[in-house]
Amino acid sequence: MVRDIVSALADLKEKEALKIVQERLSAGDDPLSILEDTKQAMGIIGKRFETREYFIPDLVYSGEILKEITKMVKLKLPKTAQDERPGKVIIGTVAGDIHDIGKNIVTFMLDINGFEVYDLGVDLPAQKFVEKIKETDANIVGLSGFLTLVFDSMKETIEAIKAAGLRDRVKIMVGGGLIDDEIRKYTGADAYGRDAIAAVSLARKWVGGK
Amino acid sequence: MTKTPEELYQERAKRVDDAIHLRIPDRIPIVPDAEFFPFKYAGITVEEGMYDYEKTYTAWKKTVTDFEWDEYIAPFTYSGSVLDYLDFKQLRWPGHGVKPTHPYQFVEPGQVLDGKEVYAPMSAEDYDWFLDDPSDYMVRAYFPKIAGALAPLAKLPPLHGIICYYQGVFESLSALGTPEVLGALESLSKASTEAFKWLNSFLGFIGRMAALGYPTFCLAVTHAPYDYIANFLRGTRGAMIDMYRNPEKILQSCEKITPWMIDAGVGGAKATGIPVVAIFLHKGFEGMMSEEQFRTFYWPTLRKVIMGLIDAGMTPFVFTEGDYTSRLKFIKDVPKGKVVYHIERDLFKAKEVLGDIACLTGGPPNSLLCTGTTEQVKAYCKKLIDVVGEGGGFILDPEAPLVDENPENVRVMTEFTKEYGVYRQ
Repeated sequence: MVRDIVSALADLKEKEALKIVQERLSAGDDPLSILEDTKQAMGIIGKRFETREYFIPDLVYSGEILKEITKMVKLKLPKTAQDERPGKVIIGTVAGDIHDIGKNIVTFMLDINGFEVYDLGVDLPAQKFVEKIKETDANIVGLSGFLTLVFDSMKETIEAIKAAGLRDRVKIMVGGGLIDDEIRKYTGADAYGRDAIAAVSLARKWVGGK
Repeated sequence: MTKTPEELYQERAKRVDDAIHLRIPDRIPIVPDAEFFPFKYAGITVEEGMYDYEKTYTAWKKTVTDFEWDEYIAPFTYSGSVLDYLDFKQLRWPGHGVKPTHPYQFVEPGQVLDGKEVYAPMSAEDYDWFLDDPSDYMVRAYFPKIAGALAPLAKLPPLHGIICYYQGVFESLSALGTPEVLGALESLSKASTEAFKWLNSFLGFIGRMAALGYPTFCLAVTHAPYDYIANFLRGTRGAMIDMYRNPEKILQSCEKITPWMIDAGVGGAKATGIPVVAIFLHKGFEGMMSEEQFRTFYWPTLRKVIMGLIDAGMTPFVFTEGDYTSRLKFIKDVPKGKVVYHIERDLFKAKEVLGDIACLTGGPPNSLLCTGTTEQVKAYCKKLIDVVGEGGGFILDPEAPLVDENPENVRVMTEFTKEYGVYRQ
């Protein structure tokens, strides 16, 4: 029995998923409905990650399959209308640190959960965050870092956001290998997230009232 | 009566040796991985230390002798000059994308920095080349990727063709004689000369510290085979995808390099006479893969490396990074009293599961050492000493290698352990 794209992708059956996409395209199906299905599947994958049925390699692989499907459908994922996105998140690795594996995973998780994510990259001076907040009017900022030196970089970044008069406009989360609640307090962030799941639930909580 | 350096050396070495072999020492040994801490502590930059080796070792000597640690993990401060000669891509170091005071940092295969990929990972298609003739792959494909100065080596003919009577001598060797390749060989020669100088300076330091009464805990390093593939060849992302798309290839590659990993550890340990071999684990913790993937892709060849080292008379020092709580049931499958495990998260649980099998190392979180009060540091160490130190088999060191923690907190951690960590038999 041929299964649908939703379950094939959610179960990470790459060949099967690609085959169904090909068949549906050949049958003249609306590419948009295929992309709708993939969105649903990514939602299921996110849930499975939250319940620890899936792990990071599963997420990474699902992203690869999704890339293949998108290529076949030959359309860029339509930009969801701004008002449908629950919120905008600016994310990046703070000054002095180039580690980005964790940050990339958080970016991916926020993205598949519907957030509009601006990933600024690594080793970012505080000013980059300030500028981006002004430019995008984002309401959430995620600061990432792996080395102990980022404790100070995070603190300085948050101070710079404060000095620019933007602190009240954003909620700030911090995360990374050695970050914990002590560091949350030290940096003046609003919350610390242990992993990508925590980042998503914090972001959801913060936009919940809107 | 004051003890001689020789007596202190013996006393410290015995203390650590007792802990490793699950005997009860006179007190809990303290052996921090000081990594980048000595630079700031001694008032030099990382950049200075990378280019002037004696400055590094003076900083280390000051640190180890000021704190009077029982042993120390050898300083793996790389030579900036060697990296310069090679135009090395796998690190960013002071003066090359990192501030003078900051630690050098690893660059992953395929990692994008400043908007572009720094160097490409090994492609999935190249697994076959790697498996068929790994040394040829390393010289002609890998070195050119990770070192700009060695890029011309990509133009060499296959290594198996070089020096093979007429054709080898005249045709293959002529490929080494092009201006480009000669340039690469010249850079290699400079880098090698410098690396030799660096190594001797390093070993000289180890000898001087021994004369002062401080044994080195470990010096040789090797890798978990999966980490070697993921860290250096395929990248984190590539290796993750391989577990689905190319499971056989990644498994075969891990098997292929397992003997290399054993040889690297044993060779390093034999050359220096220090039997503890470090294996820093990167890509097998809870966040990075599922338990099933750990059981399939990570642990079997890591265990072979551990067993290979033990069989050669060495002591593997397995430094877990990240949360290993769910992995404890796997990693307990090693011979009793032969392995040292560093545990970052939940040492208490680790003591329950591994306490009878292996010596544990670990300690206060670096966040606490950076921002906590001395009382908090003491309280944390007390709990560890009470619970994890119970019955021996525990060495105190911080959660992660030291970089720029508060020296006062490091002092308190050290002194409190020495005072409170005494075994009263």
